[in-house]
Amino acid sequence: MNFSNVPNKRKSGAASPLHGDYTASGAQLTMYQVPPIEDVALEEFEQFALDRLRVLKGVEEARSRGRKPDELESVVNDLWRKHMRMGDAAETTRKDIISHYVLRLAYCRTEDLRKWLLSQESALFRYRFRMESPDAQRRFLTESGLPYNPVANAELEAHKDKLLQVARSVAGAGATAESVYYKVPFEDVPELVAGRKVLLSKGWAYVPRDQLAALVVGHFRTRLSKSLTLTRSQWNAKIEAQEKDRLTPVVEALSSRYLGPDYSTPSTKAGVRVADVDALAAASFPLCMQHLLHKVRDDHHLKHGGRQQLGLFLKGIGLTLEDALTFWRTEFAQKFGVDKFDKEYAYNVRHNYGKEGKRTDYTPYSCIKIISSTPGVGDHHGCPYRHFSQDNLSAALGRMRLNRKTIDDVMTKVKNHHYQLACAATFEGVHGAPCESGINHPNQYFDESRKRAASREGDDPTAQGTPPVAERQPAAERASPVTPVH
Amino acid sequence: MAPGAIEHGPSAKRTRHDPDIDSTPAADMEVDEAPAKRDVVYEDFEGYSPQLMQQFYRRLFPFPEMVRWLSYGHKKNPHPMYDENYLQRREISMTLDGDIFVRYQSFKNADEMAKTIRARNPLKIDIGAVFNVDPAKRNAYSSFGAVERELVFDVDMTDYDDVRTCCTGADICKDCWPLMTIAIKVVDHILREDLGYQHILWVYSGRRGVHCWVCDEKARKLTNEQRGAITDYLKVYKGSENNKEKKVSLQGSVLHPMLSRAYREVLLPAFLDQVLPRQNLLVNETQIDTLLAMIPDEELAEEVKAKWRNGGRRASAHEDENLARWKDLEKIVIREKKRNIRLGHCLEEIVFAYTYPRLDLEVSKHMNHLLKAPFCVHPKTGKVCVPIDPADCDNFDPMGVPTLASLLNEVQRFRGDLREPAEEAAEAALPTDLDKTSLKEAVQLFRTTFLDDLEADCKSDIERAYRAKKDELASRPTTGW
Ligand code: SF4
Ligand SMILES: [Zn+2]
Repeated sequence: MNFSNVPNKRKSGAASPLHGDYTASGAQLTMYQVPPIEDVALEEFEQFALDRLRVLKGVEEARSRGRKPDELESVVNDLWRKHMRMGDAAETTRKDIISHYVLRLAYCRTEDLRKWLLSQESALFRYRFRMESPDAQRRFLTESGLPYNPVANAELEAHKDKLLQVARSVAGAGATAESVYYKVPFEDVPELVAGRKVLLSKGWAYVPRDQLAALVVGHFRTRLSKSLTLTRSQWNAKIEAQEKDRLTPVVEALSSRYLGPDYSTPSTKAGVRVADVDALAAASFPLCMQHLLHKVRDDHHLKHGGRQQLGLFLKGIGLTLEDALTFWRTEFAQKFGVDKFDKEYAYNVRHNYGKEGKRTDYTPYSCIKIISSTPGVGDHHGCPYRHFSQDNLSAALGRMRLNRKTIDDVMTKVKNHHYQLACAATFEGVHGAPCESGINHPNQYFDESRKRAASREGDDPTAQGTPPVAERQPAAERASPVTPVH
Repeated sequence: MAPGAIEHGPSAKRTRHDPDIDSTPAADMEVDEAPAKRDVVYEDFEGYSPQLMQQFYRRLFPFPEMVRWLSYGHKKNPHPMYDENYLQRREISMTLDGDIFVRYQSFKNADEMAKTIRARNPLKIDIGAVFNVDPAKRNAYSSFGAVERELVFDVDMTDYDDVRTCCTGADICKDCWPLMTIAIKVVDHILREDLGYQHILWVYSGRRGVHCWVCDEKARKLTNEQRGAITDYLKVYKGSENNKEKKVSLQGSVLHPMLSRAYREVLLPAFLDQVLPRQNLLVNETQIDTLLAMIPDEELAEEVKAKWRNGGRRASAHEDENLARWKDLEKIVIREKKRNIRLGHCLEEIVFAYTYPRLDLEVSKHMNHLLKAPFCVHPKTGKVCVPIDPADCDNFDPMGVPTLASLLNEVQRFRGDLREPAEEAAEAALPTDLDKTSLKEAVQLFRTTFLDDLEADCKSDIERAYRAKKDELASRPTTGW
């Protein structure tokens, strides 16, 4: 695809390396002002984008776990090396730019997607910028047309005491003031103003060199945000239709791509028997699956979306086709009779196990897929954190016997649209143990939960057929042995 | 400000007429009424009523000043840099009698504004944002959004209920009003010194708080994100903003210069001189508990409490007991600090908790929040929302603010009879009786501390932009084949 129908085309540009000045990330840092002007093969188009997506998801995860700036720097470094590094710097730069522009297309289409991309790309940019040398950073400012110059010494002298005070208020009493400051309109560094990380005087912010990233990222964000809006209108106006047979499907799939393991092969070696389902559900199903299970038990029916979401999940945890048929027949027959089930619904169950139709083995849905589904009236699929009303959700959490604090925590995350983090918080509340990896997939939730149960009980929790009662104490309390006091 | 959230005031006591002469109460205030009953002797007006408001809008409300302000120097057409539709893109909302909330009104000029407002007689006028198009015609455009908005702040005394003992809720008195004065001083200083703004208007909200309008062009053009950054810069309270319990946490061992300056110059002196003694913080039992609860060492707090309980009064005759106890507490904390480092900032935190401005930050964060216009009348108190000079805010007395009734009494005293139609002014928007009342002073304050400088600055900015543009055009080579 040729990106040059995106305006802002210049003949010289990012695709032509400037002076071989490649840096920490092995590619020249850029604000992506100039789209690639070459043709890109479809495979490369998709592959590059997926690689970048892996980096961005990694960044997102590390940030959501509250990693410190220095840790994030090394996370970004590793991710970049692993997924983006090419043979030489020019190649890496090319991949950087192409993949960035492909994701702009893929993530321009809804407000949520744009927000996500903006947030992750800005973070990625920030840590790449931080890794640059002071010289390279200064050069970058000039090349990007950001006219910031270090404050002259006389002026620094006048503000010396206050600058030191700010440095100490940020980094502790032992901190010393930076030697280089940039004086910028405070409007350009909202995040530094918000955190009281800079000295403000008469409308100017004195930005220490080590906070320069915030300043540059601010510009990066603003520009990218504008570009994304622009890209969207172009996507709507022509690209989508023009590329309907070639790029459009690739682009559309990218934004809902789940990159972890697909859980298409059952995780429990022993398999799960139909009789165990309820016990396991109480202990180890994520809320979305618990809800579907309750519904099918109560109504003896589930609409298509719900059958798929729950059915594939059950397959993922190791329910055999035979058992799956038993499970669904037991419920549906109560409402429709056995005949109708065998005629109308059994096919669908076998289909999911790859025994009918195209005979592809269908994979269980990831959280992203579930969260972005749009359940209608009478549907019970979807993600409760995303799709339940506040009241219903907090009632459901109450039924899981979570304590008030956990529920508040979960609800706050939901309010901020962090559904998977909310789910992880629920996991932590239920299991009384931290959820290191976050929740990306209902089957992963299940696996993590089983691992914990196994390590706790040392044997198969379903052996007795009684539901294992999840512990609700914090892990620390449970694990800490009594330390002898001397 | 939720639409429809209208508080109904007690309807004013009607002016009493001699029943023999006038038996139709509806005719009371009708100015257009035939002048048959001229000789009626009016008693003093009291309270608040739509009828009195009608008189207020007709005779007193300063429409020309309001419009001069909201035009920001834009006049009709001297040259293309003047945006003659600027005022018309501003949203003005009205709350009418009977809980009717009318949004997205707009006006071309002062006359039109005066005419509409006099006709609809709103209980309250709100000022909204400047939009990309005339908000009254917003449905005719495909895109409609706010493009400019003053940076505004709202401070309300009800947010201080946990730190005042003198009154609660809507009431204010001379003992708690200093809290507002503190808020004005701290915020005004930050706006001028840190953020570099110059055109700042403070207005009494008519009952129990103050509003602030920052009108510099740079402030009007802030994005929501930048507004959020400013509110965060100002914020010292932990947790969510609607958290009733206002906990302060001053992290780190060194305060940001903005906070230490506020502490040194405003908060601490005001705490010692006013808040501590007037609110009886260390004499009143429950207040003692509240205050000592902020000391992160329960045993120590208990110890101090016990000591005070047993020790009785220890201040000398001319020393305030609260102050004496505070000094006591200071000594103890400084002594114990070495033992328990958690005591580090706790005294400062207490001072902050009691005095640092408690702003309704939601109002400041977004461009599309409405805020009540200056010179409105508060329906519950009848008080006019007059401007406050921040440089002289110590002397502002919310109890002495002119009220709707007091002003109309002044007019009546001067005119003898309010049934007399207001004199035709040269310009229709000009209120005719303003100069005869004490509202004149308030309007003058509005002009001299705010409007005149603002207008001059706006005009010179526009002129400068015009000259720059002309120069640029002149220096451009003429193109032609
Ligand atoms: S976050 Fe994922 S696992 Fe958790 S409830 Fe939502 S969809 Fe299910
Ligand atoms: Zn009071």
